[in-house]
This record gives sequence, C-alpha cells and structure tokens, in this order.
Amino acid sequence: MRLKETPAEQAFRAELRAWLDATLAGLPDPPPFEDWAAKRAYDTGWQRRLHDAGYAGISWPKEYGGRGATPSEELIFLEESERAGAPYVGCNFVSTLHAGPTIAAEGTPEQRARYLPPILRGDNVWCQGFSEPEAGSDLASLRTRAVRDGDHYVVTGQKIWTSHAQVADYCELLARTDPDAPKHRGITWMIMPMDSPRIEVRPMRTLTGESEFSEMFLDEVRIPVGNVVGAENDGWRVAMVTFGFERGTAFVSELLGSMRLLADLVDIARKTPLGAGTAWDDASIRRPLTVVGAELEAEWALTKRNVSRAARHGNAGVGGSVFKLAYHETRERMGEVALRLLGRARLAFDDPTGLSARHLDHVGQTLYALSLSIAAGTAQIQRNIVGERLLGLPKDPYRSAPADRKKPAAGADLYGGR
Amino acid sequence: MDLEPTDEQLALAAGLARLCADRVTPEARRAAMALPGAVDRDLWRALGDIGAFALIVPADRDGLGLGLAEATLVFEELGRAAVPGPVVGTFLAAGLPLGSVAGAAMAGEAVVGLVPEGRPALVEHRAALDALLVVGPSGVVLAPRPEGGDGPLDRPLDPLTPVDVVPELPPGEPVGGLDLAARLRRDAGLLSAAIQVGLAGAAVAMATEHAGSRTQFGRAIGSFQALKHLLADAQVAVEVARSAVQAAAVAVDEGGKDADRAAHAARIVASGAADRATRTCIQVHGGMGFTWDLDAHLFLKRTLVLDAGIASPDDAIDALAALL
Repeated sequence: MRLKETPAEQAFRAELRAWLDATLAGLPDPPPFEDWAAKRAYDTGWQRRLHDAGYAGISWPKEYGGRGATPSEELIFLEESERAGAPYVGCNFVSTLHAGPTIAAEGTPEQRARYLPPILRGDNVWCQGFSEPEAGSDLASLRTRAVRDGDHYVVTGQKIWTSHAQVADYCELLARTDPDAPKHRGITWMIMPMDSPRIEVRPMRTLTGESEFSEMFLDEVRIPVGNVVGAENDGWRVAMVTFGFERGTAFVSELLGSMRLLADLVDIARKTPLGAGTAWDDASIRRPLTVVGAELEAEWALTKRNVSRAARHGNAGVGGSVFKLAYHETRERMGEVALRLLGRARLAFDDPTGLSARHLDHVGQTLYALSLSIAAGTAQIQRNIVGERLLGLPKDPYRSAPADRKKPAAGADLYGGR
Repeated sequence: MDLEPTDEQLALAAGLARLCADRVTPEARRAAMALPGAVDRDLWRALGDIGAFALIVPADRDGLGLGLAEATLVFEELGRAAVPGPVVGTFLAAGLPLGSVAGAAMAGEAVVGLVPEGRPALVEHRAALDALLVVGPSGVVLAPRPEGGDGPLDRPLDPLTPVDVVPELPPGEPVGGLDLAARLRRDAGLLSAAIQVGLAGAAVAMATEHAGSRTQFGRAIGSFQALKHLLADAQVAVEVARSAVQAAAVAVDEGGKDADRAAHAARIVASGAADRATRTCIQVHGGMGFTWDLDAHLFLKRTLVLDAGIASPDDAIDALAALL
C-alpha cells in the first residue's frame, strides 16, 4: 500500500496544474442561475478547452480518442480540477461519462465515428432517457414502447429525471421492444436525436429551485433502426455496461466540494460571535463539525481504495454503493450543523448576510444533500446491493431479478473474500 | 497511489488470522477469563513468534522493520478474534528504547500494559503485567507492575479485560517527553482503531451468518430489508473505517504532512463503526444477543474498553478540531 505518487503520476499532476492555472485565468464568468443556454455554452466551452489540451475523455480508451488515463490519473485530474476551481462536468455528464463510453464499448464502427468525436470536442450535449414515472428503482419495468415500422422504431412513452434535456442534442434512450419477454429481456438501448418531431420537454423545478431535470413526453417519435446500440432486446445489458465503467471516481468532485464546504463552515464558526467567544468555542458546533471532517477524510480514503481496486481489478465492485451510503449520511449531518450555524441567514439561498468568505450557498447545499440518498439508486436500493452482494444475504422473495445474476459468495468483501 | 494491500501484506494478515482461528476460539476466550490478568502466556509467545510485536522494530534490533500499514492489518486480525490482553501496550513497548523490556515484549515473553496517568488509576490486566507504560500530559514513564491493591474488581465491564484500582501508580523510568507522549497517543489510537475495525467486521460477519440461517415467518430473517439494511449500514461503516485506518497508517509510514489529521480521523471513524456494528450484532441476534451465551457482548464491551484507552475518540476529535 502506498499513497505516494509514481514519477509519472507526479508529472501528470504538475503538467495538469500548470495548464489549469493558465487556462482558468481566461475563462468567462459562470452563467447566470437557470440560464440553460448559457450553461450549455459555458460547459461545452470548457469541454472544448479540455479537448484541445488533450484532457477530454480522460478515462476513455485512446483508440476512441480518449486519453486512456489510469484510474489514479483520473483521480488526480478530478482532484486538481476541483482544487483549481475548474468548471464541473455539468452538461457534458451524460455524453462523456455514460453515452460516450457505452457507444465506445458497444457501438458499431460507424456509430463510434459519428458520435464520439463531437462528444469529445464538446459539440454535442446528451441526456439520459432511462427512468419513468412508473419505473424508478424498478427500472427494468419501464413501459416506453418502441414499435418497429420498416427501418424505424415508433416510440411512445414518458421519461423523467432527464438532466439537461432542454439543451441536449441526443438522448440515450431505453425503450421496450418486446412486451412479451421477461422484463429485463425486452429492452433496447437507442440513440434519439432530440430535434426529432413529437418530443415534448417539460422542465421540473427541484427543491433547490433549479430546473436541471425534465419530464419528457414521446408521442410516436420515429427513431432509425440504425440508432440501436447493441442488439435489439439486449438494452438492459448495454445499460449495465455503463455502470461497469465506474472506477471509483464518480464522486471525487462531490467529495472534494464537500471538504471545501466544511472548511468554509469551520471558518464561519470561528468568525461568528457567540457569548464571550465564537461559535467554534461551542462544543455542540465544533465537535459535530469535526466529526463530519473525520468522515469526509475517511470517505476520501475509501475513494482511494475504490480507485486502487479498480486499477487492479477493472472496476470498483460495490465500492460505489458503499461510498454513497456513507457519504449521504455525512452530508446530512453537515447540513444539520450548517443550518444551526447560519441561524437567520438560512432564510434565503446564496448567503444573504455574507457569512461565507467563499460565497458558498450552504442553504442550497443542505437542501441539495437530500437528493444524495435518492438519485442514481436510492439509499434503500444501495443497502440491498450491499446486503446481498457484499454480505451475501438472501434476496427479498417479493423482488424478482434477472435469472442470470450470480449469487455472491457469503462474506465476500471489497477485497474479494476476507 | 495504491491502497490495495500487497501479496506480502495479505499473507502476513492471513498468517495472523490462521493463528487466531486456531488459538483464540470461543472456548479459549472463555478459558482466558480464569487466567491471571486474562492473558494466555502461550498465546502471547505464539504472537511473539509470528512477529506480531516485532513489526515496526527496526531490523538492526532483530525486528521486522515494517510499518504501521502492516501493523494495522495485523491488529485488525487481533480485533477480529477479540484477542484478550494488552496487545497495543506490548506492541508499542517493543518499538521503544526500553532495553530488555523491549526485547522481551517483542518476543512475546513480556506483557506490557498502557494506561493514562491517573490517581487512582484503573489498570487493565494488572496481574499479567511485566511492565506498564504510563502516558501523562508531560511524558511517558515505564513503571513496574503495580502491587499491593485489593485485586481485580469483581465486575469488570469486559470479562476479558480484568481491571484493578491502583491508588498510586509506582514510580518508573522516564522514557520520553511530550513528543513521545503525542506519538504514542496517535499510534495507540491508530492501532486501537485497527482492532475496532476487526471487532466490527467480526460482529457483522457473526450477525450476517445468523441472519442467513435463522428463520421466522417461514424465511431467513436476513431476507427482510429491516435487518438487511441494518447489516448493510454496519458493513458500510466497517469498509469506511478500514479504508481510513489503512490510509492513515500509510500516511504515517510515509511521513506525509497530513498524517496526524488522517490518524485522528481514522480513530474517530473506527470507534463509530465498531459501536454501530457491535450493537447491530446484538440487535440482529435478538434476545440471545443480550446474553453471555453468545460472544456478541464481548465485541461491544471490547470496543467500549478501547475507547477508554490513552487515545479516546474524544481526544481525537479535539486534536482534529485543532487541525481544521
């Protein structure tokens, strides 16, 4: 075990840091709240800069135009980007981390040539059409129908939680092509151009006031058969391939952002007068904040362990589920202290009384944390995964599952069997 | 960066696991309750023979010249078996310039306790001790075994950790000052954290086994999400704590600038994980978990004992707060 970096990793970090310093100085101001066209331009502009400097598709294989970085280098990339204050992946999330790698792995040569270069350049934005109002945790029960009509599918249904749908060029869509097959076996993964007629996008406002997510209504949308990635009715497997790309790095930016939030809360506590001293002198503030700091530190160690595992074994196993379960609890605790510390400054978003020297929005962040136990697999689903795949506990008999899923060995752990 | 243990490290941990599986059975733990100070001297020598106390002793003093990374892996195994005795004190004594006591500790010939300064002092495993490291605010002292008290208390919290009330600790030889006291607190904290990761892992494994075999309402109780989720949360805590302990140990070994911070964080998180996991183990076992018939209570009690050592989680919280 070592934390020290190899000479190659040190060189990668140094070169990246120099580039970030030079590049961020020339970056335009971030887009205004809720201006999605401006946000698209900002995020894709950043993607273009990454591309021109050779950092686009950091984890993608070189043969598809990526950098082919090791999991460690990807961790360094995310760490340095966060520390430098670089833009987040934002609108490029689905394209660079979901659809792109899936097309690279499962697409035809023509599909790769057509879709991958524009993703890397930041020319195209993608969204995800997986979840439906009646297919959340039970995603495989999705109902959106795709009926073959000559060389097209005619697709009808409703999707939800579609990020950046209002500014997307393409959608990675899961639709049911065989309603008579078992639920995991009748689904197809296809590319839907968002300028197709008969798509209606209705943005939803979330708890924090933003409308990043949309509902999407498809009313006999025609999608060419050539847009299927993988085989017809093999879409569940193709969708699962995407999750196999997770190398333990999915939450690095999140976690480092939380460390920044914590440092800011400590700073606020030290500057907030209370009694004869400051809020930091009050153990009921100082101690819980310190425990949150310890947990974030531990979750950073877990992240490095997940990345190490991925470097050795190809993926992080259930490490992502373990991380999510730990991390959302930490963020909930941080939010509880943050609100107590803010007092009446909680009455509005965006730090109305200027407590935060870094202009961080602790109210928004506290509310945002509620999504961490819901999005990308609820905490309850994650606990099932940890209980069944890591501990080997018996499945809930009321839940059906794909027949081909392997039963784990009892007692298997992240390291594979201790 | 690579936090996967090497094959050598895994082999070392596996060796300790085998020794513990052979020697520290539930029956052996019960038998140890009747021994003076609850320390099995044969087991102690076996631990010495396999090198458990020699890990961080430099090679030129006949040690293994390894680091805390290896030590935390080994101590996790000692925790998993709930090995009775002052393993942390003996391990740390072996690495200090204590002359013959260090050599005897390294070989498993000496049992060395580790307590905070106090009057009266509560001393664990007193009857078994050959020496006692006393850590005070201003430094570290090596004292002989305290004598002349009323003997072990009738009802120690942990039946495998006998406790004597010592009105006045015997005077001893100064071993080091403030710096050494701080280093021993940090290292003892990290080793205690490693033991707690092992205890927590053992508690979850024991409860998982039970949940998979015990049936109620016609099905294994582990298929009920109410229990599955309790166990999943406990295992998550174990995985996070194990990561924190290993990363902190590596940081200390490498002399990294954030090593203290990482060590204090690991101490805090491991204590929480052990608390959660050992309580969960009792809950999953239902009424039987609340009895002495099962060993679930031993896991909980040991972790409570560890939290009262020279490096408590509260100390770690204060130490970490000063670094934030």
